[in-house]
Amino acid sequence: MTTFPLRVAGLSWQVRLRGVAVTLGGLVLLGLLMALNMRIGDIRMSVAEVLGGTFDVNSANHFVIMELRLPRALTGALVGAALALSGAIIQSIARNPLASPEILGVTTGASVTVVAGVVASGSAYGGVSGLLSTLGIPALALLGGLGGAAIVYALAWRRGLDGYRLVLVGIGVAAVFTNVKYWLLTIGDVNDTGRAMVWISGSLNGRGWEHVVPVALALAVLVPLTLLGTRSLDALRFGDDTVTALGVRMNPARALMILAAVLLAAVATASAGPIAFVALAAPQIALRLTRSGQPPLLSSAMVGAVLTAVADLIARTVFSPIELPVGVVTAVLGAPYLIHLIWKARK
Amino acid sequence: MTATAVTPRPHGVQHRRLSVLLVLLGAVLIGVVLSITIGAKSVPPADAWHALTTPSGTENDIVIRSLRVPRTVLGVLAGLALGVAGALMQGHTRNPLADPGLLGVTQGAAFAMVASIILLGASSLLAYIWFGLAGALIASVGVFALGMVGGRGGPTPVTLALAGTAVSAFLYALTSAIVLLDEQAMDVFRFWQAGSIAARGSDVVWQVLPFILAGLLLAMVNAPGLNALSLGEDVARSLGQNIALTRTVGVTAVTLLSGASVAACGSLAFVGLIVPHLARPLSGTDHRWLLPYSGLIGAALLLLADVIGRVVAPPGELEVGVVLALLGAPFFVVLVRRRKPVRL
Repeated sequence: MTTFPLRVAGLSWQVRLRGVAVTLGGLVLLGLLMALNMRIGDIRMSVAEVLGGTFDVNSANHFVIMELRLPRALTGALVGAALALSGAIIQSIARNPLASPEILGVTTGASVTVVAGVVASGSAYGGVSGLLSTLGIPALALLGGLGGAAIVYALAWRRGLDGYRLVLVGIGVAAVFTNVKYWLLTIGDVNDTGRAMVWISGSLNGRGWEHVVPVALALAVLVPLTLLGTRSLDALRFGDDTVTALGVRMNPARALMILAAVLLAAVATASAGPIAFVALAAPQIALRLTRSGQPPLLSSAMVGAVLTAVADLIARTVFSPIELPVGVVTAVLGAPYLIHLIWKARK
Repeated sequence: MTATAVTPRPHGVQHRRLSVLLVLLGAVLIGVVLSITIGAKSVPPADAWHALTTPSGTENDIVIRSLRVPRTVLGVLAGLALGVAGALMQGHTRNPLADPGLLGVTQGAAFAMVASIILLGASSLLAYIWFGLAGALIASVGVFALGMVGGRGGPTPVTLALAGTAVSAFLYALTSAIVLLDEQAMDVFRFWQAGSIAARGSDVVWQVLPFILAGLLLAMVNAPGLNALSLGEDVARSLGQNIALTRTVGVTAVTLLSGASVAACGSLAFVGLIVPHLARPLSGTDHRWLLPYSGLIGAALLLLADVIGRVVAPPGELEVGVVLALLGAPFFVVLVRRRKPVRL
């Protein structure tokens, strides 16, 4: 096992070479994908045209690159990273590979408020409902996501927070939200149902800078915070008694990490909808690529970003001019890859 | 040297278990009576009895015989099936989060259904259910095969769970792509998804009955083996268990039970998730009792939820899946909060 210690200001981490390699490799891949994403679309551009469009304000391509393609691609990558990081934290705390932000009530809560909003506002979307047009879908999603998480957290809290109880309570609450969502989908007009389904699947269509900024800010604040927390996260994977014996103050550490996971997932969902499978699969893929004992945070985020970026490239080009929701493609891509990794691990 | 030393289990335990079984049977019976008499048109029990024993073609007779009875029987079957399947699934995966949908049956059924609509122009309920059933069976065989590859002694619980989740996500993605492109498929899908046992005639009951009966039989056969397996694979092996066989029988039972009920009634797999958590405090960890308890609780819960759904939002009905979640989940949450959760 090749690891080396990293010491900063009295704190030390074990850094694994494999983890570093996966993260850096992911970064390079992500860069290439972003470049490709800039070139491909209704107007195909050469590298020179992309560069010209990026830096020359007067170029005809400037608008396409800077207002359409770049913010969309960035939203995808950042949202993917945020969801994956959130999933990695939750899987570590719950010690369960099936756990994802869904069980914290974030994505399901957001789905309920958004579907309710879309169905209630009727076919004249944004025109009829004063509330929806003022708040907009992202605000509605953020409200639902944080509200859902607050409900789960409150119900799971009982003289401290047990990871196991949190997961079970989360499943109960998620079931209520999901079924209310199903019901809302049956009462609306079938066209509204379709529009709501696009959002539920997770879509990057028409995402602009206003979707990039919140996710970027959330990542900028929460990534350093969660990395500081890895040390307690490493300890949290042991049973509660062991953790206490190791001298980790369990409840504050766990509560902070969960809060970070909730915020990451909520902000990401508000920007692009609950993109399927990234939060669940990316940590599991990263774990198998780095061969570590539990989901590695940075590598997971990188895998999530790459997965979402590839998926979006496919979603908007393969069936052109029809654009599929990106969430459809993340699952179609991520699932076989995860299965392949499970196979390899067994052999 | 006395008889009590040879019989480690005192008589009282067996006695208590039988009484619990009887109480649960009574609960199912009450559910059946409620389900037959209550609805948009209330039927007095005497008239209901008349319709069942000596039908003479009155309006009540027709309501009871063509609508209420098939609906009730389907509710009992699906509840039994999903409850037993949930307990089996959680036992085999040793994961309390496992629901019978984990093998991909729910998404397999959904995908086959919407695919049959756009590719083959299927348009009748019976056709949807046949396709759903086939899709559910194929998906779970696929999941099992994936979990099996490269390992000895059958799939490990974690691989099975992950493979199931991956296949489900894959199929769900294809399903949503189809329903986003085809409005008729979307319309069928959204009502199936909400989960309902209404408006399915006796032909649907006959359609799923053989699968569910076969599944229940396999489940009962599987219970002792599962008890041994829950001691850990090594212990089970040294006790002479054929692990691969036990797992295969268990997974086949789950597939038949949940595949048939999900194809006929929509995504109700949540019943299978919560019911074993309700049954475990009553039964302990012995699967020979846990399975029947789970099945009976599942049936009673499903009937109760269906009856509530009929009366709560007149003149319409609330789908049983929605009521189940609204009813079952808070109960489940309270239960989880109150006791120290059972670790599997």
